[in-house]
Amino acid sequence: MSAAEDLGYREKPHELKWVGTNVARTDGVDKVTGRARFGADLIMPGMLFGAVLRSPHAHARINGIDTSKAEAVKGVKAVITRKDFEDQPSEMIQVGELTVNIRDVIRNVLAREKAMYDGHAVAAVAATSASIARKALKLIDVDYEVLPHVIDVVEAMKPDAPLLNEDQFTDGVDPKPDRPSNVAKRLEIKLGDVEKGFAEADVVIEREYKTRPVHQGYIEPHACVASYTEDGQGEVWCSTPGHFLVRAITSRLCGIEVSKLKVTASEIGGGFGGKNIVYLEPLALALSRKCGRPVKIAMHRNEVFRATGPTSGSHMKVKIGARHDGKITAGWAELMFQAGAFPGSPVFPAAMCAYACYDLENVLVIGYDVVANRPKTTAYRAPGAQISAFAVESAMDEMARELGIDPVDLRLMNAAKEGTKAAYGPTFGPVGQVETLQAIKNHPNYNVPLGPNQGRGVASGFWFNIGGETSVTMNVNDDGTIALTVGNPDLSGTRTSISVMAAEELGIEPERIRPAVGDTTSLGFNFISAGSRTTFAVGKATVEVARVVIDELRARAAATWNIPVEAVVWEDGHARPASSNAGDFEPLSLEDIARDAKKTGGPIAGHVETNVSGAGPSFATEAVDIEVDPETGHIKILSFTAAQDAGKAIQPNLVEGQYQGAAVQGIGWALNEEYIYDEQGRMENPGFLDYRMPVASDLPMIDAVIVEVPNPNHPYGVRGIGETSIVPVMAAVANALDDATGVRVQELPLSPPRVLKALNEKNGNRLG
Amino acid sequence: MRYEAPETMEAAVALLASDDNARVLAGGTDLLVQLRADTIDPSLVVDVKKIDAMRTVTAEDGGFRVGAAVTGAELGEHEEFKSVWPGVVEALELIGSTQIQSRATMGGNLCNASPAADSVPAMIAAGAIATIEGPNGSRDIPVEDVATGPGRTSLRKGELVASFLFPEQAPRTGDAYLRFIPRTEMDIAVVGAGVCLTLDESGLCTAARVSLGAVAALALVPDEAADALMGTSVDEAALARLSEVASAAAKPIDDKRGTKEFRIQVTGVMARRAAEIALARAKGK
Repeated sequence: MSAAEDLGYREKPHELKWVGTNVARTDGVDKVTGRARFGADLIMPGMLFGAVLRSPHAHARINGIDTSKAEAVKGVKAVITRKDFEDQPSEMIQVGELTVNIRDVIRNVLAREKAMYDGHAVAAVAATSASIARKALKLIDVDYEVLPHVIDVVEAMKPDAPLLNEDQFTDGVDPKPDRPSNVAKRLEIKLGDVEKGFAEADVVIEREYKTRPVHQGYIEPHACVASYTEDGQGEVWCSTPGHFLVRAITSRLCGIEVSKLKVTASEIGGGFGGKNIVYLEPLALALSRKCGRPVKIAMHRNEVFRATGPTSGSHMKVKIGARHDGKITAGWAELMFQAGAFPGSPVFPAAMCAYACYDLENVLVIGYDVVANRPKTTAYRAPGAQISAFAVESAMDEMARELGIDPVDLRLMNAAKEGTKAAYGPTFGPVGQVETLQAIKNHPNYNVPLGPNQGRGVASGFWFNIGGETSVTMNVNDDGTIALTVGNPDLSGTRTSISVMAAEELGIEPERIRPAVGDTTSLGFNFISAGSRTTFAVGKATVEVARVVIDELRARAAATWNIPVEAVVWEDGHARPASSNAGDFEPLSLEDIARDAKKTGGPIAGHVETNVSGAGPSFATEAVDIEVDPETGHIKILSFTAAQDAGKAIQPNLVEGQYQGAAVQGIGWALNEEYIYDEQGRMENPGFLDYRMPVASDLPMIDAVIVEVPNPNHPYGVRGIGETSIVPVMAAVANALDDATGVRVQELPLSPPRVLKALNEKNGNRLG
Repeated sequence: MRYEAPETMEAAVALLASDDNARVLAGGTDLLVQLRADTIDPSLVVDVKKIDAMRTVTAEDGGFRVGAAVTGAELGEHEEFKSVWPGVVEALELIGSTQIQSRATMGGNLCNASPAADSVPAMIAAGAIATIEGPNGSRDIPVEDVATGPGRTSLRKGELVASFLFPEQAPRTGDAYLRFIPRTEMDIAVVGAGVCLTLDESGLCTAARVSLGAVAALALVPDEAADALMGTSVDEAALARLSEVASAAAKPIDDKRGTKEFRIQVTGVMARRAAEIALARAKGK
């Protein structure tokens, strides 16, 4: 077996030189100097500016669209509507961690029979200036027949609710229903017998919870430039975590062959899952095809909020049973998730993750995927897991209080560990849940005395992580430097982490490796940067490709020395004879071999195309201290500690950044973020002023604790780390609120009006 | 759209009088946002930043005259003004970020006529007078008489707010402004309260003005809130009374920024807390 074939984790025989240290980001200088080119930064010769007309109605039949007045405007070069795209059949395709129906994708990109939500794209214009394009939009006459709409998930599930899709019958119900419904699907995650489990329980906690839809809130709005030429070649430049996905969907919707569309990923200014889907690219390409000039479309923030991927709002019921000694005997939940206008909410992962932190015998989680007149949900950092965790981890906290057991200890007593059979199917290998709980328990922040109106909350979370299709190419340049081409856009410094692993394998300094994200013509297929897969899967493929290249370097040295390749080893960036028996040769450096490559067989390169498996799940436990203003209900975050199992932190500072960023997003979700709708179903707060994400001064420094329980399926033990740290946050904050005030709030966000109302009710105040 | 940047008040007034769809540009922190959001479409924009008189702070009759286009950052660095009217300065400085502060002006904040404008209740509590220039010369009106409703002012065609007069302050006077926002900055007041009070030598309150923002279509100036403090030593009982009458005076609506009941309750809290700060300042003078 060659080294390249064994990609499992082994304790390293020597000290790691670069893995586990902090190396300067390869994209750092470009990002801090403003040179990095994002989606809206490309300018092409003759380029036009596109703009999208969006529905002002939450639900309306489109009886006609008259574009003639817009087309007559000087400077307008193309106008497209639904008739410029062929319809698609109902067929499921994979999009990131979620699957979507291509029939729905075409409808989401551009409304067909109906506008399904406020902000739904209805037509698009390309013109010689952005202002002409915007003016032309106002001249498009759309004949809307406004229909009753529904937004709230409970309302949408009612039998008499306005129907979004008359052809939708609830899936997963036996017998098949005879009436259409907004409930797209019912699903179950089941282990053991919950009835038996509840019968064994001494204490049962049963509660209901509600969460509001929230947006990923990435800084960079969606943007792309597309060009279509007379010979049928298409090119797209866009901000995406997966340009191979953009190619797949755009070529399909525009009816062109995959080989005729080249997609290049720009730098990406945040996505968090929200860009795991295609909105603008087919519109820009169709406009370009119509007028023969490149077209740029960049969304305004208003469009980002109204038309792109928020995650679900939810209504949840949870029931947990436990014995007096703290043993949890059963966990039950019912999760109702808003999918938005088309099916595909993250209710399935939510159901799978709901009790994954615990070693339980009896679990039943029922999920409902429910359409509503809102933008189609897309992934958001550990999709769904954060939502079900808010419910389950809030109930766990109440259970701990009821049993009189410290919340960390109750979780420790029931923690998932190696050998635990998860309700969603697998039996865990080595996992770090116990270690994250211990890390929190032993952290100084968990033991700081609390003052008046202060409280402490703790919660845990789980995320699967994934592998997936990955292609990597490594070229040895003639000066001994390395060009490393990967196919996954860099969301979080992954180019740097990947180069560091390559450097460790090759035994050369990381700065000698230049990583790049190749376009879709330069590599085999790559699954998108999602599911915390990039450092794990691309890293694993990169280790493999480095070992392929090392084998070639050994072969070149063997040829130079005229000895068998088995007699050559690779150490510290040099080929050396394996022993004195092999011969007495001066070691050859990578530079030496690269310089003479022409003489020894030509360019040296390696490539790997693989479907990476063996992703290691990552657990997190977090603790938060808050102070509540009893007169206003305002919550101040005093400290926040996030302990997550990284498996191995390739770049500790980047890992800490992920824990901190995830915690901050969760804090925003917990405290103030929510979609607010008016009576017509229009979003009232489509901007960062009134969609209240936290600002820097709202936050303490987030204390990140890196737990390392190696993933046995990665050469350096890497798990994915990008997502889990958001999962526990909302429950942790709600638990802290209970600790501080004795008030349990079961609905997000924990905004001042909601908290003050709850305090009034508890205190019997005038407004109670 | 035409852009003009006159250097004299007369030229600015003439330009504004010449076009029914003209808008004044001071810092532009509201105007430019409205332009980009397509909510306004003016045919003429008159930039007043080149008019010296609108950009300076000068002493006048023992008080201060502050140009309407003086920025938050500039006023915040005016040590003398800041020591006399810390409440006005802190209100103005609450608007936006550091970057916004280098543009945002009190004149703009007032004439944008948002019910939630932070500097307005503070100016009203301070008893500031707006000097308005127009085709028929200049006139002075109390700040509270400028806005007439959300986005509407009492300014006539061709008029603009040129400056504010902060009259000479009585001894032992303190002012303060507090607002409630769910975050710590970069937000719009859900409730705002400006308080200015004067103590006599024995510590009794001899003058008081209270103004409430974001709880009605206009900044409120409830007499009963001032009366709650007058003649008292601004003790616990007076503060409790202030809190109660301020809440009672609030006439808010439910909107995306807060519920009606929340605003009513928190109005009292903000008024009381602002009065406590104003009291401490008055005692320190």
